[in-house]
Amino acid sequence: MTEPRYIKWGSYAVLVVAAVFAVFPAIWVFASSFKVESEVFSTRVELIGPSGITFDNYQFLLSRGDFVQWFINSAIVAIAVTVIGVLLSATAAYGLSRYRFRARGMALYIFLVAQMFPGVILLVPLFRIFADAGLIDHLLALVIAYSTIAIPFSVLMLKAYFDTIPIDLEEAGMVDGLGVFGAFWRIVLPLSVPGIAVTAFYSFITAWNEFMLASAFLVSRSNLTLPVGLGTFTDQFNQPWHILAAASVIITIPVMIFFFLAQRYLISGLQTGGVKG
Amino acid sequence: MRTRTWIAWLFMAPTLVAMAVIVFWPLLQAFIWTATDIDRSNMGTMFKGPSWEFVGLDNYIDALNDPRFQQAFTWTIVWTLVNVFFHFVIGLLLAVILNQKLRGRTAFRLLLLVPWAIPIYISAIGWSFIFNGEFGLLNNLTALFGIGRTAWYSEFPWYYVMPIIVNVWAGVPFMMVALLGGLQGIPQDQYEAAKVDGASRWQSFWNITMPGLRSVSTMVVLLGMIWTFNLFAVIWFTTRGGPAGKTNILVTYAFEVFNQGELATAATYGVIIFSILIVFSLFYRRLSPDAT
Repeated sequence: MTEPRYIKWGSYAVLVVAAVFAVFPAIWVFASSFKVESEVFSTRVELIGPSGITFDNYQFLLSRGDFVQWFINSAIVAIAVTVIGVLLSATAAYGLSRYRFRARGMALYIFLVAQMFPGVILLVPLFRIFADAGLIDHLLALVIAYSTIAIPFSVLMLKAYFDTIPIDLEEAGMVDGLGVFGAFWRIVLPLSVPGIAVTAFYSFITAWNEFMLASAFLVSRSNLTLPVGLGTFTDQFNQPWHILAAASVIITIPVMIFFFLAQRYLISGLQTGGVKG
Repeated sequence: MRTRTWIAWLFMAPTLVAMAVIVFWPLLQAFIWTATDIDRSNMGTMFKGPSWEFVGLDNYIDALNDPRFQQAFTWTIVWTLVNVFFHFVIGLLLAVILNQKLRGRTAFRLLLLVPWAIPIYISAIGWSFIFNGEFGLLNNLTALFGIGRTAWYSEFPWYYVMPIIVNVWAGVPFMMVALLGGLQGIPQDQYEAAKVDGASRWQSFWNITMPGLRSVSTMVVLLGMIWTFNLFAVIWFTTRGGPAGKTNILVTYAFEVFNQGELATAATYGVIIFSILIVFSLFYRRLSPDAT
């Protein structure tokens, strides 16, 4: 194929502009996190200020028991939600993918509709339910709520993914003596790593980012998760940008690692699963 | 496909139980509460019983007559349409470009994915720093070029534009990746055939690429609409609904009302939001049968 030159250079021009726009805000916040306070609150445009690089902002955060505690809380919740969410949605998706039964279409539709629930509609009644169960101010409340909220997308995603795996493979396994659950565990799950990666990432992110329910259900300062805790650093009059920048970097690192490790799978998983519905 | 249904139900049982308890039962309760005047003061505590009453459809009538609700409603529609439009157009442009054989394609794709790999509320916080009036990067840059400073948070129309910029930035990578997947599914020989017939690039784009992306597009646009409509974090962590509630979308407004203790009103807003999305998706499915 002979490409006209202007298309090639035009493409590069668009890519460069888009890449700068995509990456620069992140770089700017990253750079600000290593600046001294006075150079963050300044009108100069420079990635590294005259006083060079400082780790004071990180030191400030990591020496605060509360921030470290919020990080641990968020990590516990996110990891628990990822494990529970993936297990629940994988089994449900397998049932939907491999069996034909009367309510199947209905069940699929319910999962689709459930994605449209605004979190705020669950806020009021869940608050009541968790209050009755004595779970207000417990991380367990968040684990339960987030796992369930992440399920509908995960089920649809994994169901579509399982649909692409030939059923013959399981049947061959069953001839060799595997039961239904054995076939699911030993054959289908290992073949579904891309789909599971997407689901795991989605569940993790849902839990790691959620603010509304956490701010309603958690009370004591030591029980907060990162989004809610971080909110307590700022008010209308004070925004400690140098501290927020460092906190942003710390909060983003686990997600970035997860994302770029799973990136290859995310893309293929999304393409086979979620998008083709 | 197998038909031993009891095994299917066994596989689905844990999920169905969880959904029933944490989603459907609360949903039912929320529906009931929209017909009451329940709030923090009359919901009952361990010391005194509840004292709320049924008020019929009053909450719905109040919502529709509340100018703040109307304002949030209009802005939510604009917010959703504008965001998804830019997500789709920019995502498509980048996907088409990345689908060519270009040197450095993988590196560019990774860089373009960066916004997706950042937690959305962190993006919103980072951008509000960049948009800060006094020390924000953007105003420092415009001042450098002599354009002067903009009060992004208080000046019309910038308080509307700012959260849209943030969310377009955050949402393009998903669209790009999804559409790139769609593009890779279009057989290359269709383009070759069109070329033999003398079709221009522009003609191939409209007659091969766009129809080939139809089913992917309908799906991601629907998902994008639902997500953006309910997207709490960007508004909350940038403008916080301000100035004077003007940039509240329905979900942030409902949360504000919940925080004021107005449980019945918040539940009513939740039900209205949910109903809008259901009606929208039903119409959408009818208009585009390819959507799931």
